[in-house]
Amino acid sequence: MNLQESPELQSFREEVRAFLADNLPPDIKQKMEMGQSLKKDDYQRWMKILAGRGWLAAGWPEEHGGPGWTPAQRYIYDEEYGRHSCPRVLPFGVTMVGPVIIAFGNEEQKAEYLPKIANSDVWWCQGYSEPGAGSDLASLKTKAVKENGHYIVNGQKTWTTMAQYADWIFCLVRTSDEGKPQEGISFLLIDMKTPGITVKPIVTMDGGQEVNEVFLDDVKVPVENCIGDENKGWTIAKYLLGHERTGIAEVGKSRRQLQRVKDIAAAETIDGMPLIEDTAFRGKIAEVEIELLALDATILRMVSAEGAGKPPGPEASLLKIKGVELQQAITELLLEAIGNYGSPYIREAMDHGWNEPPIGPEYAAPVAPHYFNWRKSSIYGGSNEVQRSIIAKMVLGL
Amino acid sequence: MNLAPTEEQKLLIESVERFVEKDYPFEQRRELAASELGYSADHWATFAELGWLAIPFPEDQGGLGGSITDSCLIAEQLGRGLVVEPYLWTVILGGHLLSRSGRGDLVEQIATGVLQTAFGFAEPTSRYNLASVETSAADSGGWRLNGHKAVVFNAPAADTIIVTARTAGDPRDEEGISLFLVDPKDPGVTLRDYPTVDGLRAAEVILEDATGELLGDAGAAYPLVEETIDRGIAVVCAEAAGIMHTTLQMTREYTAQRKQFGVPLSKFQVLQHRMADMFNLTEQSISLSWVAAVKAESEDSLERARACSAAKVFIGKAGRQVGQESIQMHGGMGMTEEMPISHYFKRLTLIDTLFGNRDHHQRRYSDLLDDKRFAA
Ligand SMILES: Cc1cc2nc3c(=O)[nH]c(=O)nc-3n(C[C@H](O)[C@H](O)[C@H](O)COP(=O)(O)OP(=O)(O)OC[C@H]3O[C@@H](n4cnc5c(N)ncnc54)[C@H](O)[C@@H]3O)c2cc1C
Repeated sequence: MNLQESPELQSFREEVRAFLADNLPPDIKQKMEMGQSLKKDDYQRWMKILAGRGWLAAGWPEEHGGPGWTPAQRYIYDEEYGRHSCPRVLPFGVTMVGPVIIAFGNEEQKAEYLPKIANSDVWWCQGYSEPGAGSDLASLKTKAVKENGHYIVNGQKTWTTMAQYADWIFCLVRTSDEGKPQEGISFLLIDMKTPGITVKPIVTMDGGQEVNEVFLDDVKVPVENCIGDENKGWTIAKYLLGHERTGIAEVGKSRRQLQRVKDIAAAETIDGMPLIEDTAFRGKIAEVEIELLALDATILRMVSAEGAGKPPGPEASLLKIKGVELQQAITELLLEAIGNYGSPYIREAMDHGWNEPPIGPEYAAPVAPHYFNWRKSSIYGGSNEVQRSIIAKMVLGL
Repeated sequence: MNLAPTEEQKLLIESVERFVEKDYPFEQRRELAASELGYSADHWATFAELGWLAIPFPEDQGGLGGSITDSCLIAEQLGRGLVVEPYLWTVILGGHLLSRSGRGDLVEQIATGVLQTAFGFAEPTSRYNLASVETSAADSGGWRLNGHKAVVFNAPAADTIIVTARTAGDPRDEEGISLFLVDPKDPGVTLRDYPTVDGLRAAEVILEDATGELLGDAGAAYPLVEETIDRGIAVVCAEAAGIMHTTLQMTREYTAQRKQFGVPLSKFQVLQHRMADMFNLTEQSISLSWVAAVKAESEDSLERARACSAAKVFIGKAGRQVGQESIQMHGGMGMTEEMPISHYFKRLTLIDTLFGNRDHHQRRYSDLLDDKRFAA
C-alpha cells in the first residue's frame, strides 16, 4: 500500500490542473464561484473546450474519441476537475447514452452518434421516468408499436432534466406486454424535433426550471434508432446503472464546496470573531471533512481494484449514497453559516448580470435555494432507498 | 400539573382549526404569498373579529387578558395551514414590546387589527446575539437614529417599525440598548423590501438620521428585548410543531396512495419506521412547545430562557429531520413548487434560523447547565 503518486501521475495531474486553470472562461468561473445559474450556452461553451482537448468523454476508450485513461488517471482527473470551479459535464451524452452505444450499438450507430457526443455537438436528455414509473422503472408504459419501418411512440416521460435544451432524447419504451414487465422494454433514440413531442416545464421548489414533462403523441421513430435488440432495453438500463460509478460521489466537488463553507465561515462573524473559530461550527466542518476522507479512501480502494482488473459492481451504490449525503450536509452547513441572510429570496439575484447591490453578503443569495434544490440528489439516479436495497440484495445477498 | 388545553382553549383551537380548514386552502396561501401585500387584509380583519389579535394583552389595553399559551395554541393551528398573516411579528413581538412599554394606545390598535408592526432586532453582523447592536441613537432635541437593521420581517407592511438602538455602551453590551419607534415614511428611513424563501416578506431597514420615538427607558431595554424574543420563540416553536403535524399527515397520505412495485409506498417497512420517527419527533415538539409556552410567562428569566432555548434546539433538529424525510418520501413530487409539501419544508427549514439556530440556543442552554435549580 502506498499513497504516493508516481512521477507520471504527478505530471498528468499538473497537465490537467494547468489546462483547467488556463481554459475555464472567466465569466463561467465567476458564475460557478458565486453559485449563479448557468445557461445552455455556458455548458455548451465549456463542453466544447473540453471536447477540443479530447477530454469531454473522459471515460471512453481512445478508439471512440475518449482519452483512454487508466482508472488512476481518471481518478486524478475527477479530483482536479472538482477542485476547479468548472461546470459539471452533463452526463446524459458522455456518461449515459454514449457508453450504451459503445457497448450495445451496431457500427452504423456508433459512427452516427459517438463522434457528436464526444464533440458536444448534440445535447441529450434522459427519458426513463414516467408519472407511474419512478423507483419501479420497469412498470413504464410509454408504448412503441412497429409499423412500416418505424416505431410509433405514445406516452409520457417526466422529470426529464434539461429537455428544454435537448436535441435528442434516449428513452425506455414498452415494445411488448408479454412476460415479465422487464422483458418488454426497448431502448430508443428519438430526435426531439420529431412531430408529436411536447415539452412542458416543471418548476422546482427553489424556483428553478431544470426538469420537464415530455409528451409523446404518435411520434415516428425509425427502427434503426433502437439500440441493442428489441425487448432487451432492461439489460441496457442495468448496464448503465453499473457503469462508470466511481465518479458519482463527486468528491472533488464536495471538497470545493467544503472550502466554500470555510471561506464563508471566515467572512461571517459571531460575537466579533470569525465564525470559523467557533468551536461548534468548526466541529461540524471537521465531521464532514472526515466523512469525505472516508469516502475518498473508499473510492481510491475501488479505483485500485479496478486498475487490477476488478471494476466495482453493485457495491458502488455506497458511493452514490454517501456522496449525496455529504453534498447535502455541505449545503446545510452553508445555510447555517449565513445566519439571518438565508431568508431573502430574489430569484434574479442568482442570475449573472443582476446589477443591484446584494442583500446581505454577496455569497448569500443562492445558498437557501441550493439547499432546497439539492434534496433532489437523494431522489434521482436511483434514490438512496433504492441504492440501499441494491446493497442489501446484490452485495449482501439478503 | 396538567399539560393539556383548558375547555376554553379547546374552543379557541377549534375556531382556528375551522378557519384554516374552510378559509385557507393551500391555493389561496400561494396567491396571498405572491400578492402585492403578501397576506390578506380581510383575513387580518377576521382575526381581529375573532379576538385572536387581542388575546395576549391586558384588558386595560384593549386586550382579552389571555396568555402566551393561548397565542401558541393559535400559532400551532396557523402552522398547520402554513398561514402567512403576520401574527408573530405584529401581535407577539410588536404587541408585547408596546404593551410592556405602556403604549396601550397602540396595543389597542393592534387588537382591533388596524396597526401592523415589525421588530428590527438583528443587524448585518449581529448573527443571533440580541445585544449586538451597532445602530446608534443620539438625543439632540429629539432622537436621531443611524444604522442598519437586517431581515426585518413584516417591515414592508408595517405602519410602525420598532428597532433596537444603542444609546450607550459598547457594541455587544446588554446595557445601553434602547427601543425606538420609527415611521417607515420618515425621510431618514429607507426600506429595501423583498420576499423570503419561505413565502413571507421582509426588508433591510436603513436608518440615516431617522427620527425615533423612545419606547420605555433609555438604555434599559435589553431584558424586555430578550423576553419578547423568548415569547417569539415559544410561538414559532408552536408554529413549527403545527407544520410538522401537517407534514407528517401529507407524507402519510401521499405514501398511502402512491403505488410502486404494485403496492402503496406506505407498505414498505423502511418507510413506515421513518414515518414512525417523524411521529415521535412531532409529538415531542408539540410537548416542548407547550412547556415553552407556559414558561415564556415565567417571572424568572432564567427559567424562561432555559425552556425556550430547549424547545428551539429540539424543534430545530426535529424540523430538519421531519422536513427532509417528507421530501424524500414524496420522491420527485416533493421537489416541485406545485406540491404544498415543499412549501411546508421551506418554512420548517427557515424556522431554525429565526431567533437563533440550534447552535445558538444549545450554547444559551449550556450556560445554565450548572445552575443548581435546573439539575435534570
Ligand atoms: C431533479 C430531478 C431530476 C431528474 N432527472 C431525471 C431525468 O433526467 N430523467 C429521468 O428519467 N428521470 C429523472 N428524474 C426522476 C428520478 O429518477 C425519480 O424521481 C426517481 O427514480 C424516484 O422516482 P419517483 O420520483 O417516482 O419516486 P417514487 O418511486 O414514488 O418514490 C418515492 C419515495 O419512496 C421510496 N421508495 C420507492 N420504492 C421503495 C421501496 N421498494 N423500498 C423503500 N423505499 C421505496 C423512494 O426511494 C422515495 O423516497 C429526476 C428526478 C428529479 C427529482
